[in-house]
Amino acid sequence: MNKKDAGLLALILFVGAVVAILNPRFLLPINISNTSNLVGLFGLSAIGQAFVIITGGIELSVGSVIALVGVLFVDFIAVEGVPWPLAFAAMLALGVAIGTVHGLLVTRLRMQPFVVTLCGLLIYRGAARFYTQDATAGFGFGQNFPTLEWLTAGRTYGVPHSVVALAIVATGMWVVLHRSVFGRHLYAVGKNEEAARYSGIRTGRVVVAAYVICGALTAISAVFFAMYTRSISPASHGNFYELYAIAAAVLGGFSLKGGEGSVIGVVLGTILLQELQNLVNLLGIPSSLNFSVMGGVILAGVLVDGQWSRFRERRRAVGAASTDQPITAPK
Amino acid sequence: MTSATMTHSAPATAETAAPFLELSGLRKAYPGVLALDDFSMAVSPGEVIGIVGENGAGKSTLMKILGGVIAPDAGTIAIDGVPRRALGVAESIAAGIAFVHQELNLFDNLDVAANVLIGREPRRGGWLRLVDRERQRAIVAPILARLGASFGTDAPLAGLSLAQRQMVEIAKALSLDARLVILDEPTSSLPASETDKLLGVVAGLKAHGVSVIFITHRLHEVEIVADRVIALRDGRTAGALRKDEIGRDRMVRLMVGRTLAAPEAAPAPAAGAVALRARGVRTSAHPRGGVDLDLRRGEILGLAGLVGSGRSEFARALFGVDPMVSGELEIDGRPFKPRSAADAVAAGVFLVPEDRKSSGVLLDLPVAHNITLPDLRAHSRGFMVSAAMERATAEAQRRSLSIKAPNLATETALLSGGNQQKVVLAKWLAMSPRAMILDEPTRGIDVGAKAEIYRIVRALAASGVAVLMISSDMEEVIGVSHRIAVMHRGTISGILGPEDFGEENILLLAIGAAAKGNRAA
Repeated sequence: MNKKDAGLLALILFVGAVVAILNPRFLLPINISNTSNLVGLFGLSAIGQAFVIITGGIELSVGSVIALVGVLFVDFIAVEGVPWPLAFAAMLALGVAIGTVHGLLVTRLRMQPFVVTLCGLLIYRGAARFYTQDATAGFGFGQNFPTLEWLTAGRTYGVPHSVVALAIVATGMWVVLHRSVFGRHLYAVGKNEEAARYSGIRTGRVVVAAYVICGALTAISAVFFAMYTRSISPASHGNFYELYAIAAAVLGGFSLKGGEGSVIGVVLGTILLQELQNLVNLLGIPSSLNFSVMGGVILAGVLVDGQWSRFRERRRAVGAASTDQPITAPK
Repeated sequence: MTSATMTHSAPATAETAAPFLELSGLRKAYPGVLALDDFSMAVSPGEVIGIVGENGAGKSTLMKILGGVIAPDAGTIAIDGVPRRALGVAESIAAGIAFVHQELNLFDNLDVAANVLIGREPRRGGWLRLVDRERQRAIVAPILARLGASFGTDAPLAGLSLAQRQMVEIAKALSLDARLVILDEPTSSLPASETDKLLGVVAGLKAHGVSVIFITHRLHEVEIVADRVIALRDGRTAGALRKDEIGRDRMVRLMVGRTLAAPEAAPAPAAGAVALRARGVRTSAHPRGGVDLDLRRGEILGLAGLVGSGRSEFARALFGVDPMVSGELEIDGRPFKPRSAADAVAAGVFLVPEDRKSSGVLLDLPVAHNITLPDLRAHSRGFMVSAAMERATAEAQRRSLSIKAPNLATETALLSGGNQQKVVLAKWLAMSPRAMILDEPTRGIDVGAKAEIYRIVRALAASGVAVLMISSDMEEVIGVSHRIAVMHRGTISGILGPEDFGEENILLLAIGAAAKGNRAA
């Protein structure tokens, strides 16, 4: 855990302590369990988003993909009678396909990630609404998928399984990002695509892989969201979720220019965001101010972080300048 | 002394008026190099002065001083008899000094009139500050007429040829009432017909009493237009020639001038097998060119040539990062078609690029990460990077190249230029190169580190690797290479063996003339 992550963790604990003092219900097991469930759900897609952001790109279609995958998945298992593992595999394949297309458009055809994924946002939302004729997709009365429900929406000793899934995915992705050859290449491409290319890295493939990972994790989180809400209205389900993911990454120390950020950071960013949501509820702040609180905190956080690193850089520059002088003092 | 020659009024320029710009004793030092030393020059109205010199002779430093971008360390700049220590950018413009750079500062999406008056648009409509297009045309049209331009004020810039665009730049200068127009390599990318046109414009400027400083590598153009020539060498005036003295041989002799201390002779290798064979390799920079070159194992082949001769483009094509327009390559006798740097790396062809900071190293990565980046898979178990293997490789390279870094986890940005360049070398030396291409390997590096890099390069060649070294530094090319190929406008204009090494020969080939005693190889 680096300094930035430690600072973020301290902020989370501080905010938590303040909220707990103002409203002790914050610490009730049921509140913590529910909030952490949301952390699990949003965290899955935020980690995916993080991979794209490290390449210097952005993935705006996350919310629409969550809606599209959600209606398809529910329709497959509840209406079409497809066995759920098969349906899940199909959704994963859909996520991978979407990621591949986005990645290829960005690398091969040199389109801007913002444009590609903005169009994706519009297209998949439309597709989801068209598929259900704008009707809400849901389960029939008494329709049960006990294993699937236990796996996705169940709890063990009060720990929501979405949190377990996040823990597993985060661990795996931490290894990929911070220990694997691919992760090294990903950071290199994000920091300086040209120098990475001049080092013989196939930068296009690395970028495509990042979008594929994002697509796959988004599809997984979409299934979790679908099983959590159990009814999906295609016009609104997942709206703004890409922004939660981007916000979590930015809070977690990612730079939208690419090349920076850690898995721990994005997970902590997600936790802070959900804590803020919870804070709005518990402290009796009108829920209409929800987004404003979130926006204010992100703005303040990024501002402080930016000023702090500028300050450190200046100090380092001053330090470097002074060590340029010949050192004559005895050691 | 040279200043005596210069202040001497030559018969051809006897009618010119008193100088309005006088430079005397200009000096500018950068760490490790004296870019300009005791330089003096006077410019009279309507005079065309050619300035010639090799890469790094001090021409661009002089231009920067005249443009007010940098201040000289010593000397004075007198304008209309008023001496000052330095010019600011605004003062330079106010003094009527205008530049036409190699890279034009024009806007493709605007028309000619808008480009000429950019930032100084005549306005109408009061607080609305609308552009007065009519007045704009009225201002620009006479200037274009004076230059004999074949295009009108409303022509979109995007449709103009390069020479026409230069004319737009000159029109811009004239609209600012320029008294001195400085043309920096204006013809280096022009075809012959366009060049004639531009030389005509220079003559027209002279006729209107505007002075011109003409910087070029194309000596015959100087012969045509210049009233006198100043040759720069190592920041000093190597000599000045009056109109009737201007001739190519004399200019070349002045540009080269010094007799080099005999460079450490590179031991000639036993003639190795051809490692890299290039046939008719053309790049988009010089689509009419075509490079034929054989690079042998164990040799250091220097690639000399002027800036813009297509050397770096050739190197990038070999490395797969720039597409070849056409041509064929072979590595150890097998066809080689690199479509990406990854292909070249897989074939053992490595490049140390010209621009270290943007493409050589990742500045904010640790030293060790940079060294293993191209070959991470060899430093991993499964798909996980092995920190131990990485450390071993990086440590071995640090020792053998004596890279000075606090430790291997240090950010590469914190290293000196020479040590950064060693990191670039290290990442390739850690693999097994067949052919190593070095593009200006010692640019911006201090003398001590240079010597170390030469040692590394020689050892590399001695181990049987074929080395192609692009360099604009004559001493380096002559001192380090076993053979020297010279490039001119996208082709190899000659290959010199050690017995023909000499700055004069290289320069003659670089400007497209035949070298003395040159054997075509």
